[in-house]
Amino acid sequence: MCTLEKRGDLFHLTLTGDDEHRFHPDTITSVLSLLEQAKSQSTKGSVLITTGHGKFFSNGFDLAWAQSAGHGAIERMHQMVKSFKPVLAALLDLPMPTIAALNGHAAASGLMFALSHDYVFMRKDRGVLYMSEVDIGLPVPDYFSALVVAKVGSGIARRELLLSGKKLKGEDAVALGIVDSAAHDSAEGVVEATVSLGESLAAKKWNGEVYASIRRSLYPELCRMLELTVNNLATHNL
Amino acid sequence: MCSLEKRDRLFILKLTGDGEHRLNPTLLDSLRSTINKIRSDPSSSRSVLITTSDGKFFSNGYDLALAESNPSLSVVMDAKLRSLIADLISLPMPTIAAVTGHASAAGCILAMSHDYVLMRRDRGFLYMSELDIELKVPAWFMALIRVKIGSPAARRDVMLTAAKVTAEMGVEMGIVDSAYDSAAETVEAAVRLGEEIVMRGGDGHVYGKMRQTLLREVLVHTIGLDESASSASSGVRNTGSKL
Repeated sequence: MCTLEKRGDLFHLTLTGDDEHRFHPDTITSVLSLLEQAKSQSTKGSVLITTGHGKFFSNGFDLAWAQSAGHGAIERMHQMVKSFKPVLAALLDLPMPTIAALNGHAAASGLMFALSHDYVFMRKDRGVLYMSEVDIGLPVPDYFSALVVAKVGSGIARRELLLSGKKLKGEDAVALGIVDSAAHDSAEGVVEATVSLGESLAAKKWNGEVYASIRRSLYPELCRMLELTVNNLATHNL
Repeated sequence: MCSLEKRDRLFILKLTGDGEHRLNPTLLDSLRSTINKIRSDPSSSRSVLITTSDGKFFSNGYDLALAESNPSLSVVMDAKLRSLIADLISLPMPTIAAVTGHASAAGCILAMSHDYVLMRRDRGFLYMSELDIELKVPAWFMALIRVKIGSPAARRDVMLTAAKVTAEMGVEMGIVDSAYDSAAETVEAAVRLGEEIVMRGGDGHVYGKMRQTLLREVLVHTIGLDESASSASSGVRNTGSKL
């Protein structure tokens, strides 16, 4: 399902297997526990790189699992939406820089997972970003929109992402300011580029607590919605 | 510490001397009283403020050595800078920072608190250094950063990579208005811009009120402006700390 590996300063979180890496209560629990692990093992200079195997980074929530409950489908959807919040909170709170290396498609909550990282690298040759909700007729949770507003600056880009139902390729995503890079032609190429960035960030040996506190203060609205405290009591730290 | 020159309708405030212009209590008091002098000048609402500096530094931030020797002074410096920034935000005239040297942390905040930032491209950078020196960033600094830097990626680069932003980078990021080949040219350009603005006319009092509205979120943090108060009628006073 997912693994966490440490190579030097870099933590590698990988969504394993050739499937769609859909978020299901079990995957959510797994990812959360691996992020906890990374947090507890973090030192100065730690960096997280998240990637996946196969065609998909993540294709969103496990809608089939929800639908298989018949009348209980809505209940299951609510459960997933609710239990996914802590995953985004954990990423925003992680005491180290975070980089998403998109090996393939990222849709809906899978895209939110990607966007919760400090840096997002896509492939040039393959993979799209897709907020599918408008096509499926599913409302977008408020904290999803808050994340998009926090990370994507232009009104036009926000519209393209949330309202257009477009499948955005790497080049488009870079042009819209949604991702940082779409320069590499394979999953390996993207991972290599993110490792390179990761190593240069690691070399700074930043204090993870300070890093996380500055990161939270960049997104106060989003943190409020994710129930993360934004405390910047710096006066006695001068 | 700082000097004030008046050229027609331009007030030129300069951080003097070759040092780092660290924002210690004395310099902060000096700056505040100079700003007050400018505010009470009869021509103030038809004038422009230009802030610049001598030497290699615009300002290298708070006096951290002082804070280390006497920790209670960090609270004092923070309070005095908040008041100064609140004063600048409510000043009834456009403000131009002619950045001719390094501006770090609190010094960068001071530069960015001006309406226009003109900077030399050959030397110097804007540098939110806190991540590099393990300092947490006050919430009110972040409020200013969020208002003045529009792009989320640029904010991330400034705050989460402690980027040393040259004038050219600043122009690209939308933090710096324009870049010049030397310190002298930067100041000249600031003077020219100031004169253009003066020629346009307009009521500085209205300008100041509009700026307060635009930078409302910063004022919430600096002078505890009540978030629920309506911005139009709330006549923001300089009720900063009387320290």
